[in-house]
Amino acid sequence: MNYDLVSITRQMRSHIIEMLASAGSGHPGGSLSATDIIATLYFKHMNVDPGNPLWEDRDRFVLGKGHAAPALYAALALRGFFPEEELVTLRKLGSRLQGHPDRTKVPGVDMSTGSLGQGLSVANGMALAGRMDNKGYYVYCLMGDGEIQEGQVWEAAMSASHYMLDHVIAFVDHNGLQIDGANEQVMNVMPIGKKFAAFGWNVMHVDGHDLAAIDAAITQAKKSVAKPTVIVCETVKGRGVSFMENVVDWHGVAPNAEQAQQALAELSAARRMGGYE
Amino acid sequence: MNSATREAYGIALADLGKKNTRVVALDADLAGSTKSATFGKANPYRFFDMGISEADMIGTAAGLATCGKVPFASSFSVFVTGRAFEQIRNSVCNADLNVKIVGSHAGPSCGEDGSSHQAVEDIAIMRSLPRMMVVVPADDVEAYKATIALAEHEGPAYLRVARLASPTIHDEDYEFQLTKGEVLREGTDVTVVACGMMVPRALEAADLLAQEGISVQVVNMHTIKPIDEELLVECAQKTGKIITIEEGSIVGGLGTAVAEVLSEKCPVPVRRIGMNDEFGTSGTGNELLDFYRLNAEHIIEVAHELC
Repeated sequence: MNYDLVSITRQMRSHIIEMLASAGSGHPGGSLSATDIIATLYFKHMNVDPGNPLWEDRDRFVLGKGHAAPALYAALALRGFFPEEELVTLRKLGSRLQGHPDRTKVPGVDMSTGSLGQGLSVANGMALAGRMDNKGYYVYCLMGDGEIQEGQVWEAAMSASHYMLDHVIAFVDHNGLQIDGANEQVMNVMPIGKKFAAFGWNVMHVDGHDLAAIDAAITQAKKSVAKPTVIVCETVKGRGVSFMENVVDWHGVAPNAEQAQQALAELSAARRMGGYE
Repeated sequence: MNSATREAYGIALADLGKKNTRVVALDADLAGSTKSATFGKANPYRFFDMGISEADMIGTAAGLATCGKVPFASSFSVFVTGRAFEQIRNSVCNADLNVKIVGSHAGPSCGEDGSSHQAVEDIAIMRSLPRMMVVVPADDVEAYKATIALAEHEGPAYLRVARLASPTIHDEDYEFQLTKGEVLREGTDVTVVACGMMVPRALEAADLLAQEGISVQVVNMHTIKPIDEELLVECAQKTGKIITIEEGSIVGGLGTAVAEVLSEKCPVPVRRIGMNDEFGTSGTGNELLDFYRLNAEHIIEVAHELC
């Protein structure tokens, strides 16, 4: 697959802003922090066929943090699963693009999510099925850092290790913020890597906005034998839009028209300059 | 014959496993009790003990179902429907996945373990979920056939089975059909609609009432959702009075389902027998069924009030 990942992530971020502004509600912060991870998966690693979304041998993706749906939808549209024009129907009555991902509606969505903490168990089930059927596909699961406060995540972490699910590759989008504030104020989740390591996982830490580093970590994770891998991604909530970055209030509020315009202008300037900084 | 419905579930699951390689089973450290271990022994590579983690078990089952497997996820009814309720809601029903949830040791017949282990609310909460089918087999023969039928049925389902052995009322050649209630006895004065191990007790009551000249129609309503509305209306029109009996709470269970249908489609007096908005207690299963008056005597008493 030969995609210009930098260009893809910029398009995804612009789509995210447009979708949320059009919807008038939704979650910009965590969508923008997860964008580079999702882009690297769908445009560099995942073996999927937009013409046959239910292809049995495809790699699977479970968006544990379902509120980052705009980032997933943007990736799926750009990857060809449905028309880009449909993105602005997000959250609207009659749209396939529900507030949180719905596998029964959207081609390419492998699992319905939205209630935090359930995705990793589902990913494990997909991996068990793949192993039973002698298929080589990988199952990726992206979780939020607040999400791992859910106990089920640790039940699933135990199961993935117990059943030696080396084709499960999980990500934690560690942007440090959740609805009520910073993780350490609401409920400390640190040390994330050591917790997973104690549960028997391979653990890697990367800059979650360094596309080459994410790519390299996934390549490495695929080589794991008998152990699941978690890639803890240090990220910035709201990444790419100056006034949203690291601001907890942008967890679940959509930009108004003026803010969206400013955000899109920043993203487009970054596009011209070849970076976000 | 005359075995617990959970025993028949385990045998059916194991038989299914031989024929249908899509069938997989999961349990949460109660495989020996729910009898899913019977499947596990026959199909070790398609059985997953998830440990004491019902939420993870349901999520894993959902993931297996997205890949075309037909997972049966068992535990005690209280834990699988209660602890994992929201996983069943979101990862199974809302995701429209073909997961069969099997709750064993349901109702006070669970016995000595006491109220913490005796589900009274499971039918109500499973029935409240869109897309969910709810099945409560009356005896071992029906439990076997229901398990086989549910493997063929595409969609989420809850199967309620019991710990306690109970009388077999069906012949081996009984033709079970999901969603179709079974008229076990024709009668004209009152209909008793029952499910699970209350069905043989309804038949016992009908025998005794017949001796007094009261003609009782007995319906085995094994599928509580979707319920056989047509049959209920027929019974209401024919007998004009309905008694329901279930081994669980009358709040939201079989009796509620029957009352919902009849109040809209054919209003007739309905009396519900079951657990009266209360938790259970310790005792032997059979003692508790009498302690909570889940018996023929109670049906007869209510029939006298109505007839």
